[in-house]
Amino acid sequence: MSLLSRSRVLLGAGALTVLGLGYACAGRSSSSLAGTAGAAQRVYVAPGEKDELYAFLSGGFGGQVGVYGLPSGRLLRTIPVFSQAPENGWGYTDETKPMLETSYGFIPWDDLHHTALSQTDGDDDGRWLFVNGNNTPRVARIDLTHFETTEILEIPNAAGNHASPFVTPNTEYIVSSTRFSIPNPNQDVPIAEYKKYFKGQISFITADQPGKMDIAFQLIMPGFNYDLARAGKGPSDGWMFFTSYNSEQANTLLEVNASQNDKDYIAAVNYRAVEACVKAGKGRRATVDYRHNYMDEFSRVSRSERRTSVLQVLPTECPGSVFFLPTPKSPHGADVDPTGEFVVAGGKLATVIPVHSTVKMLQAIKDKAFEGELEGIPVLKYEATLAGEVKEPGLGPLHTEFDGKGFAYTSMFISSEIVKWNIKTFEVVDRAPTFYSVGHLMIPGGGTRHPYGRYVLAMNKITKDRYLPTGPELTQSAQLYDITGDKMQLLLDFPTQGEPHYANAIDAKKIIDRQVKFYAIAENRNPMVTRSERETGVTRSGKVVHVRMTAIRSHFSPDNIEGVQLGDTVLFHVTNLEQDWDVPHGFAITGANTSELLIMPGETRTLRWVPGRIGVFPMYCTDFCSALHQEMQGYVRVSPAGSSVALKGNTRVPAAARGSN
Amino acid sequence: MTVRSRWLVLVAVALMATAYVLPLWRVDLVAPQYPEGLGMLIRINGVGGVKPNDLNSINGLNHYIGMKTIEPDAIPELRWMPWILGGLIAAGLAVAAMRRRVPLYLYTVVLLGVLGTGLWDYRRWGYDYGHDLDNEHAIIKIPGMTYSPPVIGRKKLLNFTATSWPSYGGIALSLAAGLIVMASVTTFRTGREEA
Repeated sequence: MSLLSRSRVLLGAGALTVLGLGYACAGRSSSSLAGTAGAAQRVYVAPGEKDELYAFLSGGFGGQVGVYGLPSGRLLRTIPVFSQAPENGWGYTDETKPMLETSYGFIPWDDLHHTALSQTDGDDDGRWLFVNGNNTPRVARIDLTHFETTEILEIPNAAGNHASPFVTPNTEYIVSSTRFSIPNPNQDVPIAEYKKYFKGQISFITADQPGKMDIAFQLIMPGFNYDLARAGKGPSDGWMFFTSYNSEQANTLLEVNASQNDKDYIAAVNYRAVEACVKAGKGRRATVDYRHNYMDEFSRVSRSERRTSVLQVLPTECPGSVFFLPTPKSPHGADVDPTGEFVVAGGKLATVIPVHSTVKMLQAIKDKAFEGELEGIPVLKYEATLAGEVKEPGLGPLHTEFDGKGFAYTSMFISSEIVKWNIKTFEVVDRAPTFYSVGHLMIPGGGTRHPYGRYVLAMNKITKDRYLPTGPELTQSAQLYDITGDKMQLLLDFPTQGEPHYANAIDAKKIIDRQVKFYAIAENRNPMVTRSERETGVTRSGKVVHVRMTAIRSHFSPDNIEGVQLGDTVLFHVTNLEQDWDVPHGFAITGANTSELLIMPGETRTLRWVPGRIGVFPMYCTDFCSALHQEMQGYVRVSPAGSSVALKGNTRVPAAARGSN
Repeated sequence: MTVRSRWLVLVAVALMATAYVLPLWRVDLVAPQYPEGLGMLIRINGVGGVKPNDLNSINGLNHYIGMKTIEPDAIPELRWMPWILGGLIAAGLAVAAMRRRVPLYLYTVVLLGVLGTGLWDYRRWGYDYGHDLDNEHAIIKIPGMTYSPPVIGRKKLLNFTATSWPSYGGIALSLAAGLIVMASVTTFRTGREEA
């Protein structure tokens, strides 16, 4: 190509780029995107470019969290939480199994519903992601420097931990509640005597110290179903709002029996008042049994500790700490707007969206505008707290998020749409269909003081015909909409894993710079760490053989092990000696009835192998690490029990590898 | 020696002193698998990575081609160089104090000689690492291929592109040498001793 023609091509490309930018900018600043092409451009992330946002989608009954890039909708990573991951050994290795311990034993599954990013001054700070386990009540912390679950706390006296984790503005607390009221303490009673024995429970968990989650107090509440929560801010700072349904206290056929009352309640909890009350010595320690599991930062070995006591408080012991706000028809979401003045309730069966004013609520409390009491908890008058109602919003309002520009976006499950309305006038200004039956919706930062805005993500309960069919079981569906203009515009439809309930998204800039690229081998405090090939070795202690092994491109040391006998348990403690980003090594051996290991640089992980046959068995690196990855292998010889073959591993440092440690 | 020359010598000496803290030379290695690059900084008394583990990573990769481990402790020059630089600085101060032209001319020649020898020595070490390969145990053997990085410039070494360039300390030393030459030329042109 001549210089002239090349420069012409370059000029041409330049002109196209300029036009493209102009087009994209026009699209971003108004709602005039021209159909599919405009939408495609809006979500296109060119090869080598990165997404604008990290999105953390709960994995529902998969028990994990999906990390996606937005606006592209690309899956970046799946983080196992209440689940096992054969891909990297999470929940299989000795170092990670304690994370899944509960008072019921080892439980490698849960139903993960909601995500909550840690906050500073009411805005997402990108330190941690909290999630809840609904079935065997638990909460977890994911450290966003290395995208790994580092702490799990079981919640005693809970059943169906649904209104969780929902964080307070400075991450002082995350919360937990019981969606299914149960006898407290749990005991052998007739189910029909629900009203007599069954109690609700709301827990506040201190969360601002990693590895030190603790239940500050449990409020023992009337036996309703506590469903969702949000912390107040601004005028409502220090309060937390919990929806409840089944104020009928039905114990069977709830779809009918819990839909009788015209209004159920939002429980407004003044947690500062409870704190003061507890400090004054109110409440009592109850004997319970639960687990606190955490991953030590330096050994990267997790521990499970048993806890046996929790502080329980009755709302009546702390006057002024809990109030009920009557709210129409089995409310689901209780969402607080960016100013903290309004609490929007999504009454699943309501024909309006009621909006409570926290300012009016505080005044009503001062004026004692009560319509009565429920088990000693004052019930405020509906009109006394109501700011307004959104009329004819659609059918089945569930959840509301905010764009920070004065608009609220509510998901409508039954009419399958997102409805945009004005917070001041309560008027609906736009609607967009979802495919199909949206549950939660998410605006980046939509629950914070300063929403990032720009997009709303619909997470749907029904997928049907959206993608290529895959038999009876389908992936889940999500849709991304542009909300920068007056009208919402559908940009992208992408499949998601598990059933995402809630999600959070955050400006990538808040996360990208704090990434751990590898673990410093000098700081590795795993008791079985092997810091250089010279320290490797094979030792026997009774019927247990410990192999201290290293992995570095492209060999294991030792790679020939003899003297293992039938009946032995072999523990391979493999340390990855690499100190470079994206050089994990894998480790697997024939017949191991567990997953592989995937060992990050500088990390030590343990594979437990009980050889079941006599012979010689290969082991190898499973993660393509280098040009000579296929050569990264070795053998273990298994002899009969009582054999005279000496236990040894060839720990000699290969001459050509003398520079590698 | 003119007043101006004396100031030039003093500025040059100050520049030389910065080489105690600033790296002299920088070698960058970029490959498809290392878009962020690996790098080495050569200092007056040591060799280190640009990022904390770069030297380890470079040594790890070098085992494929049978190159010796780059061990700063095995390079005696790194122990001598701080003293040689100290000598040059002291001599520079002495020249400025003497205010005589002959010592200045001599100093110019010695300085250029020492710096030239340093460069030659750096090239010699690079040549040694790049050519003295353990061919018996090397994993990748390409007949005729050697792996010496360039002293200045860019060179393709298998999948890596190596770029070598003086770093701040090296630039400071070059500037110092330039100033000393300038001082000599100024003094020579005016043809007289300072009053």
